[in-house]
Amino acid sequence: MSRLTQTFEKTRNENRAALIGYITAGDPDIERSFEIIDAACGAGLDILELGIPFSDPTADGPVIQRASNRAVKAGMTLRHGIEFVRKLRQKHELPVIIFSYYNPVFAMGTEIFIREAVNAGADGVLCVDLPSENSGEIMRYVQKPDYKNANQTNTPNDTVNCFHFIRLIAPTTDTVRRNEILRCSDGFVYIVSRRGVTGGNSNKIDWNGLEQELVEMRCETKVPLCVGFGISTPEDVQTAGKFADGVIIGSAIQRIIEERPDTAKQSVVDFVTTLAAACKRNN
Amino acid sequence: MSATLTITNFTNYPDSRGYFGNYGGIYVGETLMTPLIELKAVAKDAFQDEHFWTEYRELLRQYVGRETPCYFAKRLSGYLSGSRNDTVKPVNTDIATEIWLKREDLNHTGAHKVNNTVGQALLARRMGKKRLIAETGAGQHGVATATVAALLGFECRVFMGREDIRRQQPNVQRMELLGAEVVSVESGTATLKDAMNETLRYWSEVVNDTFYVVGTVAGPDPYPWMVREFQKIIGEEARRQMLELTGKLPDCIVAAVGGGSNAMGIFYPFLNDKPVELVGVEAAGKGLATGEHAASINAGTIGVLHGAKSMLLQDRHGQIHEAYSISAGLDYPGVGPEHAFLHDIGRIRYETITDCEALEAFQTLCRFEGIIPALESSHALAQAFKEASKYRTILVCLSGRGDKDLQHVREVLQKNKSQPVISITKN
Repeated sequence: MSRLTQTFEKTRNENRAALIGYITAGDPDIERSFEIIDAACGAGLDILELGIPFSDPTADGPVIQRASNRAVKAGMTLRHGIEFVRKLRQKHELPVIIFSYYNPVFAMGTEIFIREAVNAGADGVLCVDLPSENSGEIMRYVQKPDYKNANQTNTPNDTVNCFHFIRLIAPTTDTVRRNEILRCSDGFVYIVSRRGVTGGNSNKIDWNGLEQELVEMRCETKVPLCVGFGISTPEDVQTAGKFADGVIIGSAIQRIIEERPDTAKQSVVDFVTTLAAACKRNN
Repeated sequence: MSATLTITNFTNYPDSRGYFGNYGGIYVGETLMTPLIELKAVAKDAFQDEHFWTEYRELLRQYVGRETPCYFAKRLSGYLSGSRNDTVKPVNTDIATEIWLKREDLNHTGAHKVNNTVGQALLARRMGKKRLIAETGAGQHGVATATVAALLGFECRVFMGREDIRRQQPNVQRMELLGAEVVSVESGTATLKDAMNETLRYWSEVVNDTFYVVGTVAGPDPYPWMVREFQKIIGEEARRQMLELTGKLPDCIVAAVGGGSNAMGIFYPFLNDKPVELVGVEAAGKGLATGEHAASINAGTIGVLHGAKSMLLQDRHGQIHEAYSISAGLDYPGVGPEHAFLHDIGRIRYETITDCEALEAFQTLCRFEGIIPALESSHALAQAFKEASKYRTILVCLSGRGDKDLQHVREVLQKNKSQPVISITKN
């Protein structure tokens, strides 16, 4: 069973939604960023989406755009990101998903990326602009479990090579396509709550519609369904957490880092703690 | 180069998944996937529909003013053939190389861009959309989009980098007069690539009722071939005109390549005419060695940007570089995937021209033919001058007129305290 699967089993048993935090690596700079992320992992995140900055983040709103710019300027790269994973893995058991645009991965070389990411202890990848049908460009390099050599690693046998390709479903995705994506998904599915980019925008989340969507999707898959985009407050987390297996929050954390870079570590810890409490279902 | 031998029909691309060899495809967020798949289906359907093409051709004839002439630049040809030391007297030398100009500058709105915006606006109407959006660098594509929006009754919003808005005020005013809203893009480098980022972001918010009019043969499938289909009228006309006027095909065709829509438009109908040498011209800016250029094919590497795999200016970590050219229309860090493919298989040769060479060609055409070319087109002209000794007949795609560039050219020439054109070109 992969770390992701274990995590969702645990949160389900505890009657709460998994808290999934997206944080751009390298913002405000490489060193402080690691400290913030490390602290957030210890403060109640169930899953980390480690954001690799890209010069042209076309699916992101202003907050993550600015964070990406700062991180690129600070010299953050995918290689550094994989180092982050390696260091986090020494201290934390939580699943870490490398969250990137495709070009940095492609520039590194997809085969090298897979080898390094798996080696560092990453649990999967989400490439925003690599659609579900193109997953093979990366995933063809993921090895099937190598039982003969598995006992030579420090990782428990059954988590070796459980490397997930996280797929997304958007409000614009038509039903046929949606069901195809659900059929080939594993780890979890990222349900985009509304049209547009990450962070706040003019399209408000239609909570009832979204809940209904998830009910329909559950007829198609047993893979956990997690909701993201435009979720910024503990209230949003509580609302989404009632019907989603996990809640993804990104821009709201990033905004804290932007506004208070010097005290960000503590502020992020406080915020994550509040969000984690909001994940509990009261019924 | 073994691939060259196996390809018998160069016009068979892209494949069903939108790839031109290793290039192209769809690389966008999930929010845009279903809309793009729908757009592709609508485009394929429309392209089978003779009524669609009848309306397109009729608008290009009556409204845009096609067909555009294929013009024999006699004095320029004479000048290139020998008597390079005299701009004033008529040139009567025997002409060794004939330079012909495909006059896209004579289109309504002053460039080839409108061929494409007419076509895409008709598709938008077919899909029942109410709003057109577009990115623009120099403003030519923005003006062409705003124009067809006014013509066919769409709302229109154009995204333009803050830097470009500053540099291209006349085009901003044109768009506003035409009823378009011009949105200043402040993110990233505040130029064309960021305008395209912002248009993609906005589109993902309003995609249900909005059509994204991409300005060049780039972007995700189906845009590269859709735009090519709307621009290939340039080459279809030119091929027929050259046969009528000279009795044969040109030996060489030269066109500037930024994203590459005018070049794809003129080259495409000639791809299977193997004896015709096709030359695409990228902007070398201040020189390839300086790093300040826009030569994605000549100096870039393969990567993924703005929805497709193609040649890009980027660092080894996959971060996109800023492009530079004196010509705002070439100032883009990528190139259409079909160009990258045609380069790989050796069907099209890609050369580069610097700012200085383009400026010189700009002035030469003004003085010898009374035609003020766009700085983009001046890159193609400059390359044609270099090729002149090798070919009997060269056709140049004069993709646009230079009115938009006057202020910029004046400033640059004054700053450089440039020598008059003759002393530059004489040697």
